[in-house]
Amino acid sequence: MDQFTLNLIVVGFTFAIYIGIAIWARAGTTAEFYAAGQGVNPVMNGMATGADWMSAASFISMAGIIALAPAGGYQQSAFLMGWTGGYVLLAMLLAPYLRKFGKFTVPEFIGDRFYSKTARLVGVLCLIVISVTYVIGQMRGVGVTFSRFLEVTTDTGLYIGATVVFAYAVLGGMKGITYTQVAQYVVLIIAYTIPAIFISLSLTGSFLPQLGLIGSYAPTGGEVSMLAKLDSVVTELGFTAYTADTTNMFNMFLFTMSLMIGTAGLPHVIIRFFTVPKVADARSSAGWALVFIALLYTVAPAVGAMARLNLSTTFWPGAKEGSAFSMPALSVADIESKPELAWINTWKATGLLAFEDKNGDGMIQYFNEPKALADANKAVAAAKKALADAAADADKAPLEAAVTEAETALTTVLGTATLGDKTFAELGFSANEVTKVDNDIMVLANPEIAALPGWVIALVAAGGLAAALSTAAGLLLAISSAVSHDLIKGAINPNISEKGELLAARISMGFAIVVATWLGLNPPGFAAQVVALAFGLAAATIFPVLMMGIFSKRVNSAGAIAGMLAGLIFTAVYIFLYLGWFFVPGTAVYANTPANHFFGISPLSIGTVGAVVNFAVAYGVSMVTKAPPAHVVELIESIRVPKGAGKAQAH
Amino acid sequence: MADKSSANAYWAANVRIILISLAIWFACSFGLGILLRPALSGIMVGGADLGFWFAQNGSIYVFIVLIFVYAKMMGKVDAEHGVEE
Repeated sequence: MDQFTLNLIVVGFTFAIYIGIAIWARAGTTAEFYAAGQGVNPVMNGMATGADWMSAASFISMAGIIALAPAGGYQQSAFLMGWTGGYVLLAMLLAPYLRKFGKFTVPEFIGDRFYSKTARLVGVLCLIVISVTYVIGQMRGVGVTFSRFLEVTTDTGLYIGATVVFAYAVLGGMKGITYTQVAQYVVLIIAYTIPAIFISLSLTGSFLPQLGLIGSYAPTGGEVSMLAKLDSVVTELGFTAYTADTTNMFNMFLFTMSLMIGTAGLPHVIIRFFTVPKVADARSSAGWALVFIALLYTVAPAVGAMARLNLSTTFWPGAKEGSAFSMPALSVADIESKPELAWINTWKATGLLAFEDKNGDGMIQYFNEPKALADANKAVAAAKKALADAAADADKAPLEAAVTEAETALTTVLGTATLGDKTFAELGFSANEVTKVDNDIMVLANPEIAALPGWVIALVAAGGLAAALSTAAGLLLAISSAVSHDLIKGAINPNISEKGELLAARISMGFAIVVATWLGLNPPGFAAQVVALAFGLAAATIFPVLMMGIFSKRVNSAGAIAGMLAGLIFTAVYIFLYLGWFFVPGTAVYANTPANHFFGISPLSIGTVGAVVNFAVAYGVSMVTKAPPAHVVELIESIRVPKGAGKAQAH
Repeated sequence: MADKSSANAYWAANVRIILISLAIWFACSFGLGILLRPALSGIMVGGADLGFWFAQNGSIYVFIVLIFVYAKMMGKVDAEHGVEE
């Protein structure tokens, strides 16, 4: 059976499970649609939260984001700590009290605690901006994952994915989504760990990738550690050492903090904790969520480091047991003929890996070009292009002279620039010939590199799809419940019947899926930047307002509204200054380079400062305005104690 | 909640546990993982230096333990103040 048929069977089987669960877990009431009837076991909810949280980006890209970072793998630890540390904040500062409050949406809490419809609507605005920007990337991820594994176009993949989500989200609401996510978690974690175990066994002899990361390098008998070997190989090839220290500790600190409080402030994560029966369950469920997330997040850095080492020693066979240049580079003939290297051409065909024998020596040299060499190579290419583009009747002599001049300059650079203790002329290299290594290949190519059977490759396909679908569904629920519960029932038609509201919730969900699909088909061209916006805004708006609502009896409606708006505007403006006003290309005020950042704070890290602004403004404004009324103080006192949570009040 | 002073005592106990937990949370991730990494570069955890290990794996384990210990301690505090469900 060929790989494509196998992929279809495994993916088709998992989809049948998801749809089956949806039919079994149909939602009959709004409480079931919004909060799964608040009857979800805390361990199950933890698993669902894990699937909800871990997106296609976590599953496919994160190991590569860490492994291939130009500044080294250590600096990217911000993602690992940031995307897990937020659960500590959720478990202690938000989840139990919001579960005690016992209603269905985040804006509803903001509206009741700050006794203001305006505050609730500002909450809806923040939630929709955060969730919609986040869901675009997920829908895109669904399409890309489908196209990669099932040989359909990205757009077709998007339609298939949207149809599947539509089936179980509209039918089952939070209840259907929760139990589907449990199944999706199981699929994705098995798919992620099996290849990781095999790569860890072959490189470090350790069964657990977490121990492999700190283990010794097996192919040379375990004398040196895996990380020391990786450092020595990548520095020999001219890259920054993998474990190199960060060059901007302050920014790494703020970035980690932004991701942590952003995580705790993401509405689609918070509402998962409304589904458990008791306050005590909300606390332990956050712990279970983190256990299930950690199963992937502690393996990811090991996969990244080992896949990077594998890639380097594949292109430099000498690096396996000695120094990289002790043997010639990988030859083109070997790539074509050796079955264990067949994966290189497989992934070249997908465009995730690109190489080219530029100097025609029959070998592929992979290294990091020093700036002088990269510039000289670019100058030669530009001069040659100018010559090729010249009109037929133009005077070619000056253009030919320019090419000769650029080539002479290149020869000089090759004779002076060095890699290790030799010049490039002595080494016989002219340019880096591995021109593209996509982040995603660090996870996707692993089963083939480790020569695992076809069903493991098919399982990775199903795992990637499960990760993308589960996150998209969670976000869509957060959006649709804000529309049907906070906008329609809360503001437009408070007298809507239970049945009417359930129908409205289903229609909002269908509408949200259509909008998200459309945005996925026509991404606004800034899909990468919007993640910064989503985390930054969650950190600067939702997290502070919820925390103050619980921990302060003095912060009032004026303070909360002013604080949210100040955090929102401050953070958005700082991001827009570097990435363009509303991300319109060409409207950025400053170039997005570290030298231009205020105090070295990148737009990715500004959410922390935005949160501080929010806290400060909210306290300041509250102090000079009237304290909250008595019934609000009673509400705060009641959410602080677990007793009497019971079922959700429908209003 | 019958009695106000008991409610205040319960909340004070909760806040105290949270502050201690968050101090540990901060010390492991931001402290050992980022700020103190250069100073502690000589201490190794297997093949990684202490800061690298805490940044990529160790702090995540600490986070998990913190949440479960918090849940357990709060369960006890809930019972002591008679506010458990």
